[in-house]
Amino acid sequence: MSENQLLETIERYLNGEMTAEERNQFELLRKKDANVDSKVIEHKLFIGLIKQYGERIELEKRLDAIHSEIDVDALKEELLIKPNWVVSMWRHHHSKISVAASIAIFAILSTLFFTGKLNNQDSNFVLLKDQIKRVEDKTKKIERTINNNRTPLKPRISSPGKYRGTGFALSSNGYIATDYHVIDGADSIYVQNAAGESFHAKVIYTEPVYDLAILQINDPAFKDLGNVPYNFKKSISDLGENAYTFGYPGGEEVYNLGSVSAINGHSGDTTEYQVSIPVNPGNSGGPLLDDKGNLIGIISGKQPDIAGAAFAKKSTYLLKAIQNIPADSLNKSLTISTKNTLIGLSRPQQLKKLKNYVFMVKAY
Amino acid sequence: MNKDIKASAPTDSEIVLGILNNSEIVLKRLYTTYFPMILQLIINNNGSEDDAKDIYQEAIIVLYNKVKSGEFELSSKLKTYIYSVCRRLWLKKLSHMNRYGGDIRDFEEYLPVDDEVEKHNDRDIQFNKMEAALQLLGEPCKTIMEDFYINNRSMQEICERFGYTNADNAKTQKYKCLQRLKKLFFQQK
Repeated sequence: MSENQLLETIERYLNGEMTAEERNQFELLRKKDANVDSKVIEHKLFIGLIKQYGERIELEKRLDAIHSEIDVDALKEELLIKPNWVVSMWRHHHSKISVAASIAIFAILSTLFFTGKLNNQDSNFVLLKDQIKRVEDKTKKIERTINNNRTPLKPRISSPGKYRGTGFALSSNGYIATDYHVIDGADSIYVQNAAGESFHAKVIYTEPVYDLAILQINDPAFKDLGNVPYNFKKSISDLGENAYTFGYPGGEEVYNLGSVSAINGHSGDTTEYQVSIPVNPGNSGGPLLDDKGNLIGIISGKQPDIAGAAFAKKSTYLLKAIQNIPADSLNKSLTISTKNTLIGLSRPQQLKKLKNYVFMVKAY
Repeated sequence: MNKDIKASAPTDSEIVLGILNNSEIVLKRLYTTYFPMILQLIINNNGSEDDAKDIYQEAIIVLYNKVKSGEFELSSKLKTYIYSVCRRLWLKKLSHMNRYGGDIRDFEEYLPVDDEVEKHNDRDIQFNKMEAALQLLGEPCKTIMEDFYINNRSMQEICERFGYTNADNAKTQKYKCLQRLKKLFFQQK
């Protein structure tokens, strides 16, 4: 049986064109010959596919015909509420917009980076603040200078020391009190006694607010001074009380006498007395004593345009400052003299005793 | 009166019956009723009206075949079914075109119709193969095949049309053509 004949037979079989006898015979053949059987199945499926294909083509034609009757454009217009242009722009170009935006952001960031704005903005800011504060401080200082119009009694003698002032012994073992402004900014400090002997000293404590400094002589040549003859007044002195000072203005030992002319200092400063006493540059840090030989203050400054107005820090603040010295700054005990051996002595005798305990402070 | 009925949406059972009875009018009403919905779906999701036409017609074919095969059960609304098939088909097409951003903006509920769309797709592949095989077959074989197997013309008609002197010659020619067509069809991948 040729291929064509077989196909014809299969077709007749599938189309039901066979006689009953033929049919039985063919079915027997199908059972016997697997090849024939698979041909039958394949043919059936294939012809089915052709027919379905044909139907599909026909259906598509029908649908196309129906579709051609629909006015799609009109329908589209009617159906779609046009989104506003921002939305449609975004819909159609969102990728491009995103790219553009990222480039823009990158450009801004890199510009900021390269101009240094990104890095330094913070520190610039802090600096500025600092400067403002500095300017503020300066302004305040200027204001104060204008207001005070007073000069610390710190002579500017170039030689031998940079600054000179006066200091006085707090105890026999070499602790000395002076004004902060005398030793402020000094690299090295020497104190010189009335006999002209110089000793090296170091600053062990300062209280810039009260313009006070405590020095200690740390020179091996220094010998114990013996008991300090004056004591430190723990209360406020009375108005009109006589007061004198002894110091080294201009490098010479000078005695000056006056009286407590106001209980409060410059502009009502309660830490100071106003004293009507002639003082000169170099008197700073010098002791202010009353008639009985009590130490009542430390000379701190004067007001040049008011005659005889000098100022002295009250002794109570000196005592407070001494108490505030940290214990580890003291390698020797600082015992304040409580015994007054000047009492009852005449002024020249007082001065003789006193001058061994008053020093010229030289700051280099 | 007639026109009024035509304008209103046909009921689902009307449509199913119409398809089973090859009613051209029902097919047309079905088509025109749901096309706007699909047009909206496709255009709102990066498609054109031509895309909408292709997708919609495919969905109608899926529905049509399902009804014809007797598998269709009216368990859900026809509208939902058509929407779901179109949605699935469009997702597939978008992913093919690499334009698919991840989701479709829906405005109708939808059913999972993946299996049916898969089936439809498989059949489409077969049909495309058949179309290609017929093109390769060339004339007169192509027309003989179409006339005999698709248009159900008799061998007598075919004989006259192609001027074969006798039916046997025509028959021989037909089987030759069929064998070639099979070969061409199965050769394709």
